[in-house]
Amino acid sequence: MALSLDRLGLYDPKDPLKDRLTDLGPRHFWQYFPPVIQNNYGKWAYHEVLEPGILVHVSETGDKVYTVRCGGARFMTVQHVREICDIADKYCAGSVRFTTRNNIEFLVDSVEKLEALKKDLESRKFVSGSYKFPIGGTGAGVTNIVHTQGYVHCHTPATDASSMVKAVADELFEYFQGMTLPAKVRVSMACCLNMCGAVHCSDIALLGYHRKPPIVDHEVIDRVCEIPLAIAACPVGAISPDKTPEGGKTVKIKQERCMFCGNCYTMCQALPLSDKEGDGVTILAGGKISNRISQPKFSKVVVPWLPNTFPRFPEVVENVKKIIEAYAVDANKYERLGDWAERIGWEKFFEKTGLEFTDHLIDDYRLAYDTWRTSTQFKFTDAAWNVSKVAGGIE
Amino acid sequence: MPFEPKEPQKEIKYEETRIYSEAELKNYTDEELKNFKVKHEIPDLEELEKGPWPSFVSDAKQEALHRRKLADDRMLIDRDVVEDMLGQLQVSFDEGETHWKHGGIVGVFGYGGGVIGRYSDLPEKYPSIAHFHTIRVNQPASKFYNSDFLRTVCDLWEYRGSGLMNLHGSTGDMVLLGTTTEQLEPIFFELTHVLGQDIGGSGSNLRTPSCCIGKARCEFACYDTQALCYELTQYYQDELHRPAFPYKFKFKFDGCPNGCVASIARSDMSFIGTWRDDIRIDQDAVKAYIAGDVLPNGGAHRGRDWGKFDIQKEVIGLCPTKCMSMVDGELVIDNKECTRCMHCINVMPKALRPGKDTGISILLGAKAPILEGAQMATLIVPFMKAEPPYDNIKEFIEKVWEFWMEEGKNRERLGELMQRFGLPKFLEIIGLPPAPQMVKTPRENPYIFWKEEDVPGGWTRDIKEYRARHKR
Repeated sequence: MALSLDRLGLYDPKDPLKDRLTDLGPRHFWQYFPPVIQNNYGKWAYHEVLEPGILVHVSETGDKVYTVRCGGARFMTVQHVREICDIADKYCAGSVRFTTRNNIEFLVDSVEKLEALKKDLESRKFVSGSYKFPIGGTGAGVTNIVHTQGYVHCHTPATDASSMVKAVADELFEYFQGMTLPAKVRVSMACCLNMCGAVHCSDIALLGYHRKPPIVDHEVIDRVCEIPLAIAACPVGAISPDKTPEGGKTVKIKQERCMFCGNCYTMCQALPLSDKEGDGVTILAGGKISNRISQPKFSKVVVPWLPNTFPRFPEVVENVKKIIEAYAVDANKYERLGDWAERIGWEKFFEKTGLEFTDHLIDDYRLAYDTWRTSTQFKFTDAAWNVSKVAGGIE
Repeated sequence: MPFEPKEPQKEIKYEETRIYSEAELKNYTDEELKNFKVKHEIPDLEELEKGPWPSFVSDAKQEALHRRKLADDRMLIDRDVVEDMLGQLQVSFDEGETHWKHGGIVGVFGYGGGVIGRYSDLPEKYPSIAHFHTIRVNQPASKFYNSDFLRTVCDLWEYRGSGLMNLHGSTGDMVLLGTTTEQLEPIFFELTHVLGQDIGGSGSNLRTPSCCIGKARCEFACYDTQALCYELTQYYQDELHRPAFPYKFKFKFDGCPNGCVASIARSDMSFIGTWRDDIRIDQDAVKAYIAGDVLPNGGAHRGRDWGKFDIQKEVIGLCPTKCMSMVDGELVIDNKECTRCMHCINVMPKALRPGKDTGISILLGAKAPILEGAQMATLIVPFMKAEPPYDNIKEFIEKVWEFWMEEGKNRERLGELMQRFGLPKFLEIIGLPPAPQMVKTPRENPYIFWKEEDVPGGWTRDIKEYRARHKR
């Protein structure tokens, strides 16, 4: 059945239920598996990373499937996807898959096809010079940086996503195409605290952050919002009912209480908080979701705020590199970034990465006490000597 | 084949579905692309064309030029839509603030989810993106496609949308970015009739479930993540499309504790494959690893010289429970002490495999920080068999939903509700006995909420009787 060219296609606005199909769900996965996957479903015996970006999976049946993993920008145009289809048609009988981290994977069943495919992918570049399909993202390296919509399509971001990821990925490219790190490092990016990208358990998380309390649009708030919902949305009780001089219903905000989460704006469009000077980037580190060796853990805030320096975010890039390079030198084989930080102690983490420790990194929100140190077991670093000096303990 | 869909799936042939001819698809040269300037000044965006990583700006320019060169009647959305999107993005960089409006409820008839309204707040300057709605398309499990399907989506989206998409959104959907309100119903009709494909979830409903690659290409998968993901997606279509929940609800399916779809961090109900018998050991393969004939961890550390593989240091010593040892040249695992962290299996996949008596652990309540702070999922069901038709799993899901829909406040995620009620109360409501597996440690404070029925004689006492024993 061909796609329709009529303005409204098959849809008749006068009779919206005519021939309507609903609740079909997704296409069934089985039909999209290449034969080698169908034939070996559930029979895989082991796998190997042959080189960065190239995997081989070996089945109990003796079958092998080679995977070439390429980075993708997540944001793609139909022209780019058509090129992906061309490659899939040429080498993979039309088959292609995407990973949870937005990589593109081409699967082939022989070394000959693999070599031809690799050469082809490496040769494809945008006219401005960047790779269309860089191969990498496996093993002890950095895979694709997952991210959110940013200024491309979102109404609440505190920064942009696609540009920041492009800037960081350019700088981490050798780690994408290499496997020289102690373990995998998952970098993730979300452009506000909503964290549509759920970056809160990443080895390195980049997070867009607002720093100015919402502005109240008194003129329209009563018309466009459910004021009680906006008040209830505030997790710190900073919003309360108020009256405008004209007697209209509005809200007032205890600004010193606000922690800039943006919940109120999500509930009420008359409380915007975006601001050029206020908005920026927070970096968190040391999270993981895998249960391997240590338990899954949240990322910790290690850089409280950096400016939104569009388009290449040099401050963000520099700090991410500092973390990864210190980790690469110092961590043990198989040790994830957070496990490394815990082994050496977070005080050493700041010493080794050269990141500045500020009061903003000491928790003062709910359950903050759980993160305070209640022990004499600590390591001496310059930060400790500095406190001792200020306290009059040493010269 | 055991995995045939219940309903026959129609085959899509791009030659039959297509809108654009080959000549139209390749209607520009590299030379033209090199010299192409979008209609707005975008100096910062052009800066993002440099460097090795794929440039979304270069990609967008391809589509912009392609649309410029298509005939007027070969698209229903303004041809400038990509150029205006880039122009507005540059303004957002200049001003450090987004220019997408908040709000706007749009959707397709009878559904409450799957479409997200989006409007520019600079519609005079960028008229072609004045309406720029998103459609979430429910991706097939583990995101395998064929080119006939993808090309058909591309033609549909170029004709009735902006030609811009995300592969994929964070929750897993294929995301189509930017169309007008008028085209929402036509797109839905084309998706369902031509592509046999539904849209995904958004709003306060079940979000599009997603799974890892599972048995399709992974030796670790302890259950069929794709089959369970597909089955629950189909079974709960109503919950997926028609918001009836207090807030969003996410299912994610990880085949093993490595957690490649991160279900433990970002799903209200996380299904993680596990096993309850013994890790399978091939002692010859263990010897091959020790001898250096096989690279550890599947060769994932190939980029650096870490020295000769040392099983004591790299496997036995790193085991979190120290339940492994070498005895007379053979690897011995004390399986009853194992917590199935996967490390030994990951390091020596040729020698070690999960057991054969497999199933799932179910964890509940993960979420990102909004509203009450980030939460990781809490282990509730240590082990459950996961076999079709999955009635045991459905029964469990519905018990949890019943509680959440009854007691959850507006915009309260399951994890927050569990915190508000407390884990003991939650367990009582869903009818599960408490177990030490559900906590990291027993409670540290002794402020136990004893119930009246816990205490012999109840709470009602007579002050006179008390005073008979104690002077005032």
